[in-house]
Amino acid sequence: MIDVHELTKRYGDKTAVDRLSFTVKPGQVTGFLGPNGAGKSTTMRMIIGLDAPTSGSVTVNGRRYAEHAAPLQEIGTLLEAKAVHSGRTAFNHLLALAQTHGIPRRRVDEVIELAGLQTVVHKCAGTFSLGMGQRLGIAAALLGDPEIVMLDEPVNGLDPEGVLWVRHLLSGLAAEGRTVMLSSHLMSETALIADQLVIVGRGRLLADTTVDDFIRQAGRQDVKVATTQAERLRALLSGPGVTITATTAEELVVLGLDAHRIGAIAAQHGVPLYELGQQTVSLEEAFMDLTSDAVEYHSAPADTAARRAA
Amino acid sequence: MTTATATAPTTTAAPARPAYKVTWLRVLRSEWTKFWSVRSSPITLVTALFLLVGIGAIASLTFDPAAAPGGNDGPPITDGAISLALMGTIFASLAIGVLGVLVSAGEYSTGMIRATLAAVPKRLPTSWAKTAVFGVVATIVTAAGALGAFLLGAAILDGEAIAMSLGDDGVLRVLAGTGIYLGLVGMWGVALGALLRSSAGGIAVLVGMLLIVPGLSSLLPASIADNVTPYLPSNAGQAVTHLNQAADSLGPWTGVAVFAGWVAVTLVAAAYRLARRDA
Ligand SMILES: Nc1ncnc2c1ncn2[C@@H]1O[C@H](COP(=O)(O)OP(=O)(O)OP(=O)(O)O)[C@@H](O)[C@H]1O
Ligand SMILES: [Mg+2]
Repeated sequence: MIDVHELTKRYGDKTAVDRLSFTVKPGQVTGFLGPNGAGKSTTMRMIIGLDAPTSGSVTVNGRRYAEHAAPLQEIGTLLEAKAVHSGRTAFNHLLALAQTHGIPRRRVDEVIELAGLQTVVHKCAGTFSLGMGQRLGIAAALLGDPEIVMLDEPVNGLDPEGVLWVRHLLSGLAAEGRTVMLSSHLMSETALIADQLVIVGRGRLLADTTVDDFIRQAGRQDVKVATTQAERLRALLSGPGVTITATTAEELVVLGLDAHRIGAIAAQHGVPLYELGQQTVSLEEAFMDLTSDAVEYHSAPADTAARRAA
Repeated sequence: MTTATATAPTTTAAPARPAYKVTWLRVLRSEWTKFWSVRSSPITLVTALFLLVGIGAIASLTFDPAAAPGGNDGPPITDGAISLALMGTIFASLAIGVLGVLVSAGEYSTGMIRATLAAVPKRLPTSWAKTAVFGVVATIVTAAGALGAFLLGAAILDGEAIAMSLGDDGVLRVLAGTGIYLGLVGMWGVALGALLRSSAGGIAVLVGMLLIVPGLSSLLPASIADNVTPYLPSNAGQAVTHLNQAADSLGPWTGVAVFAGWVAVTLVAAAYRLARRDA
């Protein structure tokens, strides 16, 4: 359980985090979302006491992080910025961290295996690729076998295989009943794994909700169907509370029926479908709608020009 | 994730978790591992030993009794053989001091400090442990180096008028004192690196204070210089590395105490910054 209360951080006259309050509930996966510069990393640094809040407070499992006898056992953290000496091997890095807590060498070997670092464990961390560095950071986060795992953009810079690995790892941790907090820019990616969403913009809380509620409120539960018999399917699906729009001759966007129903109806009437799926883009759009006022760095000219051209 | 919420409440019989705990001794052990696991540590220590023993051997070998004592083409040999054997102390002090700076500032330049402070969020234990580990290692290694340099010099100068043996008055004090001085220089490097959070800055201040400032003090009016010069870090600290003190020098142990004071003040400033500032 992480309890963030009225947390504020100013760097000079720049307010990075602005009276932010939320809780990360035990046994759940909480996605921490916001555009660039929203204050996600700053909040995470304050949670483990690397940066001191200007005002407000934050506790981890009921206490300030620094007051725990074995902080790595309470919460394991992957930070955004590199946190390893480039001249030290991965093994010695993990060993030195483990020794502060009396964590046995056996556990060091365990996390090395878990992170798939066996082949590079005696290489200097400075020679690691982005992905290997990220794995090392995750291995360090898991060292203390912590109740809470907090990861700042864990898939940042990972290749598709690495992304999949992180996703499986997090599902595994969640399935063991651990608390997971992960930050991201991507709503669609986060919605796959999170239960709870905390959305911030310009340091302020924009939404604290469940993924299900967010999707429901986003109100864009539309399903995209592609078929060679668009007109026929349209007739079959239409009914009260169902809105159907045709995007192209063979594509329909259906609002008011879920993919299950549409598939069943199509099969029942022998309408061949070659695509059927929930419109995940809409989730991203809802996220962007929510945060658009709070976006720190607008990529205005190039972006709008491109959109107009499209 | 629905699986998480479905399974979480049922896992009541979680296996007993081991009771980990951060202790002073464990932080020391961690800093010990950290110190020996970057290549610059053994390399720089060997360099310091090489300078200490090598320069002493060269000075002893090139000693020309006809030109001494007080010849114009060399430093006055006031202390006899031991001052020749320990001619490398100043060079070794640079190597040790630089390594000290790297030990602490390296954590900031690489980002390691964030992992360190995440593991030991009370912060100050890491600083004390780091200083202690390097102080002890540097003292022991350089005291051994000084002993080696002296024995080598004694063998080379055997039979000369200035030759000395280990049992002579003050010799052991000078050898141990050299280790203590260099150990303190190392700790001062650690403190400066932590205070400035920059390798380049720490090395510049260290070298400047050890080598350049004592020379500059001669530019001061004599009345002031006489009261300031002996208290400068390297002048004070080096008193114990000489068999006989110059007229304007502090006594050997007073000098050690004064230099230790410089180190302590810097350490406290570094600790204050560590405790207060965002990492
Ligand atoms: N040490 C610092 N000094 C000054 N300003 C800072 C510092 N750290 C962060 N900031 C500022 O605070 C704001 C929040 O930064 P933060 O890194 O927390 O955002 P973020 O949500 O993690 O962004 P991103 O998604 O790009 O990682 C930014 O405007 C940033 O420039
Ligand atoms: Mg960030």
